[in-house]
Amino acid sequence: MATLTYRDALNQALREEMQRDPSVFLMGEEVGVYQGAYKVSRGLLEEFGPQRVVDTPIAELGFAGIGVGAAMGGLRPVIEFMTWNFAVLALDQIVNSAAKMLYMSGGQIPMPIVFRGPNGAALQLSSQHSQAWESWVAHMPGLKVVAPATPADAKGLLKSAIRDNNPVIVLEGEMLYNVKGDVPDGEHVVPIGRADIKREGSDVTLVCHSKTVTVALKAAEQLAQDNISAEVLDLRSIRPLDEAAILESVKKTNRAIVVEEGWPHAGIGAQIVDIIQRDAFDDLDAPVQRVTQADVPMPYNKHLERAAKPSPEKVVAAARRVLYLDT
Amino acid sequence: MTATARSAKDTAQAELHLRMLRQMLLVRRFEEKTAEAYALGKIGGFCHLYIGQEAVGVGALAALRDDDYVICSYREHGQALIKGISANAVMAELFGKATGCSKGKGGSMHLFDAKRGFMGGHGIVGGHLPLGAGLAFASKYKGSDQVSLCFFGEAAVNIGAFHETLNMASVWKLPVIFLCENNRYGMGTAFERVAAVTDIVEHACSYDMAAELVDGMNVLTVYEATRRAVERARKQSHPTLLEVRTYRFMGHSMSDPLHGVYRTKDEVEEQKARDPITHLAGKLKEDGVIDQAALDAMDAEIHAEVEAAVKFADESPDPDPAELFTDVLVD
Repeated sequence: MATLTYRDALNQALREEMQRDPSVFLMGEEVGVYQGAYKVSRGLLEEFGPQRVVDTPIAELGFAGIGVGAAMGGLRPVIEFMTWNFAVLALDQIVNSAAKMLYMSGGQIPMPIVFRGPNGAALQLSSQHSQAWESWVAHMPGLKVVAPATPADAKGLLKSAIRDNNPVIVLEGEMLYNVKGDVPDGEHVVPIGRADIKREGSDVTLVCHSKTVTVALKAAEQLAQDNISAEVLDLRSIRPLDEAAILESVKKTNRAIVVEEGWPHAGIGAQIVDIIQRDAFDDLDAPVQRVTQADVPMPYNKHLERAAKPSPEKVVAAARRVLYLDT
Repeated sequence: MTATARSAKDTAQAELHLRMLRQMLLVRRFEEKTAEAYALGKIGGFCHLYIGQEAVGVGALAALRDDDYVICSYREHGQALIKGISANAVMAELFGKATGCSKGKGGSMHLFDAKRGFMGGHGIVGGHLPLGAGLAFASKYKGSDQVSLCFFGEAAVNIGAFHETLNMASVWKLPVIFLCENNRYGMGTAFERVAAVTDIVEHACSYDMAAELVDGMNVLTVYEATRRAVERARKQSHPTLLEVRTYRFMGHSMSDPLHGVYRTKDEVEEQKARDPITHLAGKLKEDGVIDQAALDAMDAEIHAEVEAAVKFADESPDPDPAELFTDVLVD
């Protein structure tokens, strides 16, 4: 067990999977000579050479599609987007080619491809560079979507994603790359579709993923000072969703808050609220609350930006609402 | 060359020409039957016929090896048949039946046969160009010498994927052939109305790529040009852009008229006089390779094959209702 940053945990997963399987290659902008815009691919060009660590022009649609074609030809591409904000240019390939290939070919053409890159709000990058894309990619059948919050999960989920024979979207938290944590050495695989309780509690469930796990943990810390015991449930996978884990926790705490970096309208939280109201209605002691990005494009000004993002304070306020403490 | 060698070569050539004639006729008769079945409501959705363009698919595929990849747009019934998918399996797919080459889940625009290297019909204009390059990337990565042949219409040249893909294919020297079937109209829009550069072949200069302008109404010129491109891809791992000028005798899809506001009846008739099948049949008769009786017999045999395909499709079962939820993900 070593203490690694989230960035280095991803790097370790890539390196180990590339060592393990020669059909795995990495393609994207700045992944090779520059060592990765966020240094996730540091050292890989030196170890695996330019055939397997492929620098591309700025042409997201094109290289995402070349990745899909390479997967059709039997390879296991890992396509890195410098950020998911740019991946939106490649959505046709993700949505129309990768997600549907198996189905529309009547099961003939599997699609073992990973699309990965940083996602979610960063700091003072304004509207186009600071947003969360979960609900866009999770809407589509034919894709799996994971969003790890810790270095250990980042390594384990990326390894699972690369080994999966389906297209997997890996949403890396842009603000998490420097976060440190214990990461098991070598073979550490986190199965896709399994949530994880990051803090046990009995009064309220905080459903979260990626960056909002940090937000929820801080909120749980503050709530504990008022003797409120919050359970922090990290989804880890957005599709498939671990519905059983969500329901089990809500049945225990009878109250839930969903925290996400996406906007509220048609967000991931809306899906989770739907599951809870349908399958745990009688267990609820209060309506489920959501803490999301404000329903506006991200502003540049740091005070406005802070006001737009989910925060521990907003989660605490929501927790007090579901516990009817502020009425 | 000895007389025997010459005669062997002539025989091989005659066989190739007869095979191409037969394939073009098969595609023509298949598409005629498709139009009939569509009118009867046996086929649904969008359905784009290949009538008039047969020389392009047939000539180009004659230059390939069986294990080479072919990837197409949604006007792909012809290429699917020529790549070796049976008329039964293609027609059954158009009918949406379980026996179709995509199990009834793809339909006219998504014919697939991965085992034969037929990597699909794709429905978003230009969206499959990077896929064609990606298949070539995989060949090169694995050190195989399979080439990838990617068909698309001229309207795709205006889309970003065309330019992004040609650039990367050239930078990475991928064994891919971009074959543009220039039938002059993107649905009802004449290419010259929406393209600043109307000689598509000139786009190759921007990407430092070999290119050829080809007469798409002559199957033999298509074959020869594609052969050169295949050689370049297989031996040197260099991409090629082929602009193949052709014409569709039918509307853009089954829901469109043959002519009307965007092209005149006279223009269509003028082009029909350049029918690629009549052209090759005439040449082979002149060369003494085939006579009218043999041609009639070939046509009758193809008619029977296509009739049988319609019967097969009609009698085939619909997919099991449980198939709705299969093939979304691999287990």
